Amino acid sequence: MIRTEEMLLNVGPQHPSTHGVFRLVVKIDGEIITEAKPVIGYLHRGTEKLAENLQYTQIIPYTDRMDYLSAMTNNYVICHAVETMMGIQVPERADFLRVMAMELGRIASHLVAWGTYLLDLGATSPFIYAFRDREMIINMLNELSGARLTFNYMRVGGVKWDAPEGWVEKVRDFVPYLREQVKGYHDLVTGNEIFLDRVTGVGRYTKEDAINYSLSGPNLRCTGVKWDLRKDEPYSIYDRFDFDVVTEESGDCLARYKVRMGEVSQSLNILEQACEQFPAEGEILAKVPKIIKAPKGEAFVRIESPRGEIGCYISSDGKKEPYRLKFRRPSFYNLQILPKLLVGENIANLIAILGAVDIVLGEVDG
Amino acid sequence: MVQDLLHSSPGLANFAIFFLLGVVLLLVVLGFVTYGILAERKVMGYMQLRHGPNQLGGNWGLLQTVADVLKLLLKEDIIPKLADRPLFILAPVIAFAPSFMVLATIPFTDKFQFADIGVGLLYYIAVSGLTTFGALLGGWGSNNKYALLGGARAAAQMISYEIPLVMSVLGVILLSGSLNLNDIVHAQKGGWFILLQPIGFIVFFIASVAELNRTPFDLPEAESELVAGFHVEYSGFRFAFFMLAEYVYLFAMSALITVVFLGGWLPPFAFLGFIPGAVWFSLKFCVVIFVYLWLRSTLPRFRVDRLMEFGWKVLLPVALGNIFLTALIKSLFF
Repeated sequence: MIRTEEMLLNVGPQHPSTHGVFRLVVKIDGEIITEAKPVIGYLHRGTEKLAENLQYTQIIPYTDRMDYLSAMTNNYVICHAVETMMGIQVPERADFLRVMAMELGRIASHLVAWGTYLLDLGATSPFIYAFRDREMIINMLNELSGARLTFNYMRVGGVKWDAPEGWVEKVRDFVPYLREQVKGYHDLVTGNEIFLDRVTGVGRYTKEDAINYSLSGPNLRCTGVKWDLRKDEPYSIYDRFDFDVVTEESGDCLARYKVRMGEVSQSLNILEQACEQFPAEGEILAKVPKIIKAPKGEAFVRIESPRGEIGCYISSDGKKEPYRLKFRRPSFYNLQILPKLLVGENIANLIAILGAVDIVLGEVDG
Repeated sequence: MVQDLLHSSPGLANFAIFFLLGVVLLLVVLGFVTYGILAERKVMGYMQLRHGPNQLGGNWGLLQTVADVLKLLLKEDIIPKLADRPLFILAPVIAFAPSFMVLATIPFTDKFQFADIGVGLLYYIAVSGLTTFGALLGGWGSNNKYALLGGARAAAQMISYEIPLVMSVLGVILLSGSLNLNDIVHAQKGGWFILLQPIGFIVFFIASVAELNRTPFDLPEAESELVAGFHVEYSGFRFAFFMLAEYVYLFAMSALITVVFLGGWLPPFAFLGFIPGAVWFSLKFCVVIFVYLWLRSTLPRFRVDRLMEFGWKVLLPVALGNIFLTALIKSLFF
């Protein structure tokens, strides 16, 4: 007698397409998924608990290791939270350096998302092209901070290092170069029939679902919700720049891909304007006490990281360490919709959907 | 020469000559596989802003593949405890043996051909189909879920693409009036079949990529989905056998396309006939190989259900239409 059996398949933690140590336990019937259960925690380091025994400046390197593809935004959110509590005014030049570093980081992060997504879909070359251009960004950030990935660049009240000579010009020259490359990327991938076939209509969810699951970033904007904290709750000096919030209506993997590619172009616009307006000289660090003590009380700030809203909650009892620190890590929240999306899809779509969420495991596990 | 031997009475001397010829062909093919892999890595490296192998054997990495193969041969032979042992051991052989068998009928030049059999084209397609059993058995025998999925995909892919492959060459057979590969080459004196059978060529080429399990149809071993598909549990020389089969098929399929669609050893124009046929053959052959490599570094992978749809709903009807069209034109105008 012929009978079929459900199969339990462990995707990860060691699997080429889970972008780290993510594990997904799926029940499959043939290649159709009937149930999916994400298992996380393989990279948990207890950043939040560790922070309770660290001074504020010492916490900053730990944030580098959360979303390691866009460490600048993580740096910023902790500094921003402490500055909000202490009421520190950041010097203009430092603000410019921060914004430029964050936007470069956003581009680098989206380039990795683009390259690895295509790698997930089976195309090998885009990954290398993306990393070539990302390498240039990494080199620029390296000149700025002395590190390629874990920058530890920002400080409460400003930034650690001033831009070296000719750095702003380098960024200015980079903008038209990358615009040209992005055009090439669209030619190579965005119009490709096989690619469109893989992503159109796959992993679709509605606006309501996105909001109910607390998604943010490209995962939210792909459903048509125009919500970007850089525009809606401007922090730093984002209100000085003219840029669009990229949205798509369809809410599928293609929409998420398009939002990310659009954001690269918008970040380039911001960079271009920042280079124009960059103040010739000025302080890079505000007057802050030697030992930073946040006043008694609590604060929550949130900013737009490449992956969504990254938030930082600090509860302080007036000591030099926080009483409690909590990060709202966007990848963790974006991942929650995955089990719902995967039911009824096949293995190939599993990879396409997971890749389009664009998780960073350092951030998911905290 | 070979023909005379085939018709002479069997004897020890004949056997020795055939054995020697077989060894020569084996070496030629292994030489190709060695440098085919190197070419693939170099071409892909060039397209991906890398150097490719450049350490072993000078800047061109001429010994890299040799070293890789040696490494694979020297590795420990691992058979998973719960694997189906006989199947697991048999599978690479089943995948590999037909890949050499198909080479027998391919006319490399007008003189160098092992078996000039009447149904050479049919023989090629029939024998090459056997390889899928290797993938299927390997996937089943490994007792690994990814391998099982890969093996099932391989079987499904074979059924879907073998048929358009056969249907698309029927147009060529109608025009040449023969299944013999030599006759097919001779029939192209007036014009290559790529020009006379453009639709047939496109269908055949797409189906051949699927037959070869290469990107964008590398679903049985889709590394980002099934890790490595049917050969996920294989290592050492058994893995080498699977890889060898894959590249020998690349060799055989490129040779077949050269013979069937690109005029084999014939020069493109009659006045260029002073250049030996072997040169023309290898030139055309290299172009076909390059296109395969080019595809691999450009395209993403198909989705498995789309692959089936594409095979049955697009390629097969187009191939059938091509047969009809060819028959119509032939009976009306010739």
